[in-house]
Amino acid sequence: MSPIAKHSTARSGRTLRLSALGGGSVLGSLALAGTAYAGSPTNIFAPAGTPARSIFSLSMLVLSVTLVIFLIVAGLLLYAIIRYRRRPGDSDQEPAQIYGSNQIELAWTVIPILIVIMLFLSTTRVILGTEHIPKPGNALDVTVIGHQFWWEYRYPKFGVVTANELHVPVSDPANMTPTYLNMTSADTDHSFWVPRLAGKMDLIPNRINVMWIDPQQPGLYLGQCAQYCGVQHAKMLLRVYADSPADFAKWIEHQKQPANEDFTGNPAAAEGKQVFMHNACINCHTISGTVATGRFGPDLTHFASRDTLASGAVPNTPENLRKWIDDPGTIKPGAMMPSMHLNQHDLDLITAYLITLH
Amino acid sequence: MSPATRVMEAVDETQAIKRPAFEVIYDWVTTVDHKKIGIMYIASALLFLVIGGVEAILMRIQLAIPNNHFVSPEVFNQLFTMHGTTMIFFMAMPILFGFGNYLVPLMIGARDMAFPRLNAFSFWVSFFGGLLLYFSYVGGSGLYAAGSAPDVGWFAYAPLTAKVFSPGHSTDYWTLAVLLSGIGSIGTAVNTVTTILCMRCRGMKLTKMPLLPWLYLVMSSMVFIAVSPLTAAQIMLMLDRYLGSHFFDTQAGGSAVLWMHYFWIFGHPEVYILVLPAFAFMNEIIPVFSRKAIFGYPAMVAASVGIGFISLGVWAHHMFAVGMGPAGNTFFVFSTMVISVPTGIKIFNWLATIWGGRIIFSIPMMFSIGFLFQFLIAGLTGIMLSAAPFDWQLTGSYFVVAHFHYVIVGAIIFAIFAAFYYWYPKATGRMLNERLGKWHFWLFVLGFHLTFDFMHIPGLLGMPRRIYTYEPGRGWEIWNILVSIGAIVQAIAVIIFAWNLVWSYFKGKVAGQDPWDAWTLEWATPSPPPVYNFACDPMVNSRRPLWDLKHPEDPDADYE
Repeated sequence: MSPIAKHSTARSGRTLRLSALGGGSVLGSLALAGTAYAGSPTNIFAPAGTPARSIFSLSMLVLSVTLVIFLIVAGLLLYAIIRYRRRPGDSDQEPAQIYGSNQIELAWTVIPILIVIMLFLSTTRVILGTEHIPKPGNALDVTVIGHQFWWEYRYPKFGVVTANELHVPVSDPANMTPTYLNMTSADTDHSFWVPRLAGKMDLIPNRINVMWIDPQQPGLYLGQCAQYCGVQHAKMLLRVYADSPADFAKWIEHQKQPANEDFTGNPAAAEGKQVFMHNACINCHTISGTVATGRFGPDLTHFASRDTLASGAVPNTPENLRKWIDDPGTIKPGAMMPSMHLNQHDLDLITAYLITLH
Repeated sequence: MSPATRVMEAVDETQAIKRPAFEVIYDWVTTVDHKKIGIMYIASALLFLVIGGVEAILMRIQLAIPNNHFVSPEVFNQLFTMHGTTMIFFMAMPILFGFGNYLVPLMIGARDMAFPRLNAFSFWVSFFGGLLLYFSYVGGSGLYAAGSAPDVGWFAYAPLTAKVFSPGHSTDYWTLAVLLSGIGSIGTAVNTVTTILCMRCRGMKLTKMPLLPWLYLVMSSMVFIAVSPLTAAQIMLMLDRYLGSHFFDTQAGGSAVLWMHYFWIFGHPEVYILVLPAFAFMNEIIPVFSRKAIFGYPAMVAASVGIGFISLGVWAHHMFAVGMGPAGNTFFVFSTMVISVPTGIKIFNWLATIWGGRIIFSIPMMFSIGFLFQFLIAGLTGIMLSAAPFDWQLTGSYFVVAHFHYVIVGAIIFAIFAAFYYWYPKATGRMLNERLGKWHFWLFVLGFHLTFDFMHIPGLLGMPRRIYTYEPGRGWEIWNILVSIGAIVQAIAVIIFAWNLVWSYFKGKVAGQDPWDAWTLEWATPSPPPVYNFACDPMVNSRRPLWDLKHPEDPDADYE
């Protein structure tokens, strides 16, 4: 763990102890969330990349400052309410009328200004450190296109197109290989949010927004669309796979291959391909090396290599797949893919074909 | 007619119940009396509060457990759109305008608003806007089929509102309803500003005006500047949808970000438009129940005006994640953080007002104390959100939802409840029941904290807003069930409050002219006040004319 992270963790522990005094206050609950629920796969207080980590450090500073302000002001309020309450037996006389004091007004204007300047400068440093740093030469570029309600990923340098499951190489802090996401939208606004890697960045039509991520441990990082984009905003889930450099190279090599055409010993798949190619499927989906070149829906060239379908909605099993093709609305009501009203036989065949697309 | 018979007439008005129903309705529908219009504003807002509240409860039932199928995603999207639109445009704005309408002329010693008929027009146009919004359930169709309500979110980001993504009429109902509400708001704002500037009673220089009219002056001035862009944007959206213009139509090269700017240059000042009247209530209630003059009157005025100006330059803090770049982000971080300075001044002055006082824990004061703590917390989570990188994590998550509900419910609604208990005796002549008031207060505090304290946490754990369901295993389940339970507790508290309003109207203790031993002019006239407010034009020498009357040996005028 880097020195910055250690420092921040220590601070978070202190925040927790202090907040116990605050007793059930929001600020206390905030700090609790950071520690008690580190198990959540989408906890913003469990950063796993540089942008998320610098946000985490800043957030601990802001939380500490606001917590101290809370304790002081709330403490004074509580004291005043108890100390100056009317007690039985108090005389009916009004208390001394005090109309104000310029010195006191000045004090409680200047002190907050100083706090604001301190917070502003710390914040600016993180903004510049995230948004205004040179892009390393070995950065990987990925084009991210938001769709209702799925994600398209294009790797221009490798000629690879995939959907919903983003693979990026792990970045070694000593020799960073960040992934730059160049993001836009094909339809409505979306927002890319994988809390453990970075903050949000919106995907807006007619506009290219850039953000970068550098996961430092291999693994799966979850997130989801964070800008309301239509009916199925809720099931527009994000999955980022951070692969070791060797695994990533292997994955890219595999994705570059055209779709599987070897159906030996699997006549159902061969027949399924014919059904697929003779239906409207090809208007929306691409399977490289075939007549299917549609771009409205996800690229299916290596569909079977993905763990989930429908943008992370369900595991990619033959049963789920068959259910999805039969009527996508049963898994994801409001999804753009229509039910094709295929008969049971054709459903089996198409499922048999698609699961061969490794 | 002699003055004496006029007074008799005024007394007769309290016997209104005995008149035929038609006559009473006709009287209310055609009235231009600022007090009746104020009450109608408040009554219509309470109606929409109930509707918006039911929508909130339905959403909380849906979200209480993961993978719930209580409502479909289509219905859920309508619920949050209607909840937000209703609560902001047809509940919060009207109820605050209602209190302003009722109180401002009374507190400045005027007999009515400057433009009584404009006043009636503004109320009715806003109210019909609300009815139009709900008519969409019958007449509109949105992203789907006929008979559906608006479902594009209360800030209706482009291009979701474009014809291609929202082909039916529900978005048009939304646009027109908001447009009408805006016209009503601007009308009432014109009226309020004119009334305050031109119709103050003798002796009431601006520096001797109570803080409530001051804050309504600032708030109404902000309405001109903030609501106009929103109204313009609604017209542009209609042009896009029906006449083929391309302001926000991204499919034809329009700009989605342009809509965001238009909306938030309304949307953020709007928060202050709502919170300034809440401050106004606090400025009247806290001193009376602390038995002390407000501390630092000039600083309070300056801070309010300062908030008014600064709040016009903070809007893009809603847009830190749209890719404005470091220069834009940094500017809006600074302006947003700076606004905490005048806001802090207000909290400190209230604290200093309480300090050394003799606090009476009546129901209005209990709600005010709730306001102080909750507004403090809302302000501090606001500072967290103003730090742009932290906001990149928090924006669009349940943390933001919790934050702004802390402002709107924890601060503004608490202040409104305080105002109800404080001024209900003036408007009806009867006190609200204290026992029911205590039940209302404690249940509402409990429900509020259950809901909105815990709502911050799923946001920190990655839960975005506006999702109709979620998978188990993200660490969100326990918080969501607590939030939902809290929502139901709040609903019970509001039912008790509604019952109190009705019960006390008939059976409450008779209030008399000045039940709180207060200091401003509205307490110098009978409860309820006659149509003409004051039998003779009042004249004041200080900010607390009734203090001067009650303490002739030590009048405020000596110190101001």
